[in-house]
Amino acid sequence: MPDIPEKDSAAVATRWPELLVALTLLVLALLVIVDSIRVGRGWADDGPRAGYFPFYIGVGLATVSTVLIVGQLRRWRQDQRVFVHRQEAAGVIAVAWPMVVYVALIWPLGIYVASVVLIGFFMRRHGHFAAWLCGLVAVGVPVLLFLVFERWFGVPLPKGPLEQWLGY
Amino acid sequence: MEEITNLMHGFSVALTLPNLAYMLIGITLGVLIGVLPGLGGANGVAILLPLTFSMNPTSAIIMLSCIYWGALFGGAITSILFNIPGEPWSVATTFDGYPMAQQGRAAQALTTAFTSSFVGALFAVVLITFLAPLLAKFALKFGPAEMFGVQFLTFCSFVGMSKEPPMKTLAAMLLGFALAAVGMDSVTGQLRMTYGSPMLFKGFDFLIAVIGLFGIGEILLTMEEGLAFKGQSAKINPKVVWQTWKVLLTHWKTFLRATAIGCWMGITPGGATPASFMSYGMARRMSKDPESFGKGAIDGVVAPETAAHAAGTSALLPMLTLGIPGSPTAAVLLGGLLIWGLQPGPMLFVEQKDFVWGLIASMYLGNIVGLLVVLTTVPLWAAILRIPFSVIAPVIIVVCAIGAYTVHSSMFDVVMMLVFGGFGYFFKKLKYPLAPLVLALVLGDMAETNFRQSMLVSQGDLAIFWSGPLVGVLMTLSLVLLLWPLVTLLNRRLRGGKAAPGSTQ
Repeated sequence: MPDIPEKDSAAVATRWPELLVALTLLVLALLVIVDSIRVGRGWADDGPRAGYFPFYIGVGLATVSTVLIVGQLRRWRQDQRVFVHRQEAAGVIAVAWPMVVYVALIWPLGIYVASVVLIGFFMRRHGHFAAWLCGLVAVGVPVLLFLVFERWFGVPLPKGPLEQWLGY
Repeated sequence: MEEITNLMHGFSVALTLPNLAYMLIGITLGVLIGVLPGLGGANGVAILLPLTFSMNPTSAIIMLSCIYWGALFGGAITSILFNIPGEPWSVATTFDGYPMAQQGRAAQALTTAFTSSFVGALFAVVLITFLAPLLAKFALKFGPAEMFGVQFLTFCSFVGMSKEPPMKTLAAMLLGFALAAVGMDSVTGQLRMTYGSPMLFKGFDFLIAVIGLFGIGEILLTMEEGLAFKGQSAKINPKVVWQTWKVLLTHWKTFLRATAIGCWMGITPGGATPASFMSYGMARRMSKDPESFGKGAIDGVVAPETAAHAAGTSALLPMLTLGIPGSPTAAVLLGGLLIWGLQPGPMLFVEQKDFVWGLIASMYLGNIVGLLVVLTTVPLWAAILRIPFSVIAPVIIVVCAIGAYTVHSSMFDVVMMLVFGGFGYFFKKLKYPLAPLVLALVLGDMAETNFRQSMLVSQGDLAIFWSGPLVGVLMTLSLVLLLWPLVTLLNRRLRGGKAAPGSTQ
């Protein structure tokens, strides 16, 4: 990606995320309304039905998000606020994708091994620490957590092939 | 003086060796949580909550509330030494705390902050001791309509008093209610909004939401700022503490004002953060020397710290007596009560005397322990802050994931934590307030049940909410607060003519 010298051109404007979040809320509100009508928003023999209260919540949320959407569209051109600069966004993405990969790795590897990978990767990639230090912290922290949760508090966490092989 | 007897009984419950140990653990963990970016009072307590499921409720709440006190103390350390507020309520502390540290008065600033926190909390606990039983007795007479009125007032006051745009406050709150409604309906047993997905049968747990919104969201925000910790070092010795205390005595007026603001903002769900800003502003306006503010004025540290701690503590008053938390952390504690099988609200004072008074007594003890711990261990926390963020960040992510998993032993919750984390990031950046969302998620079921019971009584007639003087006042006040932003907007339009263009200020 070429570096653009002007500060503003290397930024994401706030109006897009504003609109997207408000639209998401509207979609959620519609989901709530549709399902409230399905389970019944009226009155049964024994009192209000299950959809009685959520229906109005859905209507309220739909109204509010519509107001937000319309308001944002009306000042679309004037709204020059910056949501995030490209460099900042890179920082966010740099932590967001390892987070997602980490959670995905918990299924096959178990939470402890996945944690070793995450901490090791992060320290090496962003902290540029020596390999032995990365290894020490990356293995040390999950081992400590293992002792705290599995041994002392007896709370089982997701485990993978390594723990099985070790007999847990 | 029935309260004194009860309190003494409470001390006998709280003052056992294991409970003191839990206090110490709680305070230490709390300060750690307060110091680390990305971990705060609310999600710190949320992560540790599952570990207490097997403990007895009194010890559990003592430990968890001490985490809360610890977090309140800890926020001040990072603000003063590193100019980084560890917690939102300590932002105002940076204004004068950091300049003091830069001038080499770090020890004095820290002592001032800790002492102010302690004083604020102490006043709030005294208030709880004497006001809570009265309020609980009063609330015993509440029917479902009154309970709904109180809950409605809580939510409307968010709209009326929050700094954020009112429409976004409403949106966040309604989203909370909508999420709370997902899953099995507690009255009819019907499944709602699950769209056939068995994952959603249990609904959304607010603990997951808290860990995601506050924990993961905060990490994303912190990475965006690209934190580089460059801090002042500090070591507190008894001489400095003594001298600072002597100076602080002359600032008693600031203490009183800040306590009053804090207690008020805590009981009404304003929360610690607005309380600290309001108190700071008030102190500057009332000061003989407003110019010194921002350059290391002692009053500028006293005012926000006292108010934040007073608010944080008094937020537990409505939580215990009415079952309505005054802050997100109080909301998490309330969730804890429900999980331990205790129904918060007026009956708690009748049925669970040991628990309530043990908790209140532990507030006194916890704050004393907290003050001693933070005064003696500042260098240690400063050293922890020097650990680079590239080490801290993945560890916090791991801790959040474990916390989310342990709530229901479900991987789906861990995924939901990420989703909430994304939401938290966008909501924070776009100024949607998170506190009403969490509160609505916690109180949603309760508010709905009260509303439906009221409707059942009146056969669907909304007039029941104006059928008595108390519920009438509550509902009218709520509507006034709800419509307040509209009134101010109209007022400005009428007077200003041209009016400010944006709805977002």
